[in-house]
Amino acid sequence: MNAKLLTPAYALLTTKIMITNQEIAEDLVGKFGESAIFNAVEQYGLLQVETTTAHIVPVIEYLYQHPTFKFQFLTDLAGIHFPDAKGKELGVIYHLHSLENNVRLIIKLYVPIENPVVPTLVNQYACANWMEREAYDFFGLDFEGHPNLIRILNVEDMDYFPMRKEYPLEDATREDKIDALFGR
Amino acid sequence: MPTDEIKDIAIAEQQLARNGQQRQYVNELTTLNLGPTHPATHGIFQNVLQMDGERIVSGVQTIGYIHRAFEKIAERRPFYQITTLTDRMNYCSSPINNFGWHMTVEKLLGVTVPKRAQYMRVILMELARISDHLICNSILGVDTGAFTGFLYVFQKREDIYEIYEEICGARLTTNMGRVGGMERDFTPTAIHKIREFLRTFPPVMREFESLFNRNRIFMDRVIDVGAITAERALNYGFTGPNLRAAGVDYDVRAMNPYSSYEDFDFDIPVGHNGDTYDRYMVRNGEIWESLKIIGQALENLPEGPYHADAPEYYLPPKVDVYRNMEALIYHFKIVMGEIEAPVGEVYHAVEGGNGELGFYLVSDGGRTPYRLKFRRPCFIFYQALPEMVKGATLSDAIVMMSSLNVIAGELDA
Repeated sequence: MNAKLLTPAYALLTTKIMITNQEIAEDLVGKFGESAIFNAVEQYGLLQVETTTAHIVPVIEYLYQHPTFKFQFLTDLAGIHFPDAKGKELGVIYHLHSLENNVRLIIKLYVPIENPVVPTLVNQYACANWMEREAYDFFGLDFEGHPNLIRILNVEDMDYFPMRKEYPLEDATREDKIDALFGR
Repeated sequence: MPTDEIKDIAIAEQQLARNGQQRQYVNELTTLNLGPTHPATHGIFQNVLQMDGERIVSGVQTIGYIHRAFEKIAERRPFYQITTLTDRMNYCSSPINNFGWHMTVEKLLGVTVPKRAQYMRVILMELARISDHLICNSILGVDTGAFTGFLYVFQKREDIYEIYEEICGARLTTNMGRVGGMERDFTPTAIHKIREFLRTFPPVMREFESLFNRNRIFMDRVIDVGAITAERALNYGFTGPNLRAAGVDYDVRAMNPYSSYEDFDFDIPVGHNGDTYDRYMVRNGEIWESLKIIGQALENLPEGPYHADAPEYYLPPKVDVYRNMEALIYHFKIVMGEIEAPVGEVYHAVEGGNGELGFYLVSDGGRTPYRLKFRRPCFIFYQALPEMVKGATLSDAIVMMSSLNVIAGELDA
């Protein structure tokens, strides 16, 4: 890469500390144990680990303050719904980015749909505020400790969570679009 | 008075004291509805501001006025039909969104795009970045009361839209390219138009810069307005020109090069204070860098095919569909969305007009995504506005919103 620099305050492009996904996974399992960090896989070069609601805040704090990892940037937070996974129906997917090492990491956790309580990350990342509101708005994930957990994109008096899989997109009463015709 | 309001007033007082001013009215705030449809906000945003005279004490945003449920719609559509959703997000630079989505799907499918198509994409993405930044900076001029610059550069933006029109037939919602490459090669007219643009645009840009960069009135309106420190900007998830203006040289094109960006020589402009003037200057700098990239890509445009050899994903030419059995089958399967994707999860980010535009795609092996999450930069950095406007005047708040380049379509998806 030959992009030149004009005296930035944070020179990310010149500091290159290479850390591998293997190191991150081993360090996390070593620190928190296999009951807290599990199902580590690498897909398309991106490390994904799973954790539990009890461990998410300590894991995030640890990664934030780690002297070399420095996962200090929350790229995105996505909700997801798997209706068939009993007891683990709703999921939260955190995309972390260590800007100094240029390494991304995905942390997932799953909660039962009857009691979808997840601790908030607003105290660590200011940007988590709206991301968590969006996940609440669409999936009904209840972020415990969030200062203002109200709907953000949908209307306030909506009484369901539209991105859950039980709400089909198309009008179920339509007869002119039969799935068989489309090979579905 | 609620405790929150008392706290807000205390913060506003501190900010005013820093400017040697005092709060004008005691315990008497005016509520001002800025929006939802206000000519100065360029889109449908509502801000309920608590005003103390001309000073803003606190602001509460309401968003979602043009929410169109793209993530839900995408769960029902085959991959190629999702492209039309992406260009309705940041409609000022839709080719970047289109190609970002195509690259995400290509990553999932494991399709390698030929060099020529990658360079063509780079040219179009950089043209889109220029048009995006031109809109932001010239509208910033309009919001500070200078209309002339806006008219000068909009003529050149029109040229960019004519290039789009020549390449894909559309101007605003481009739906450009295909999964696997481009839908057709650049015509000689398209190449000519791009060369003409590279020749005629720099003088106009220089004239625009000479109108604003060292203009005393403009500088007084934007310097030290809406400043944000690098730490706060990172904590708020800023990306793109807004983050670089605060002094962090994070650019997806340089950190995780995609579509052959590693082949080009370009600088990354950064600011120092993260104020409105820095954001303006960073965008101007990026326009010049984009011109450099387009010039290099056009000069070194490799010969060869403009799409990958992936018949099961790339729509065959119409001539073959009528004469060739295999092409007809693939055409039918692709158009009906019968092509199944591999199981997997992929995240791909591109440098959009105003930050890291990410696509998180979860595929369960079906014809449609199981879950698709758009990482929309506007949605993430717009939540910093209440913190930035505290203690500012109403006219400063307008300038801040304008320079952050919040695009309603991307904000609400």
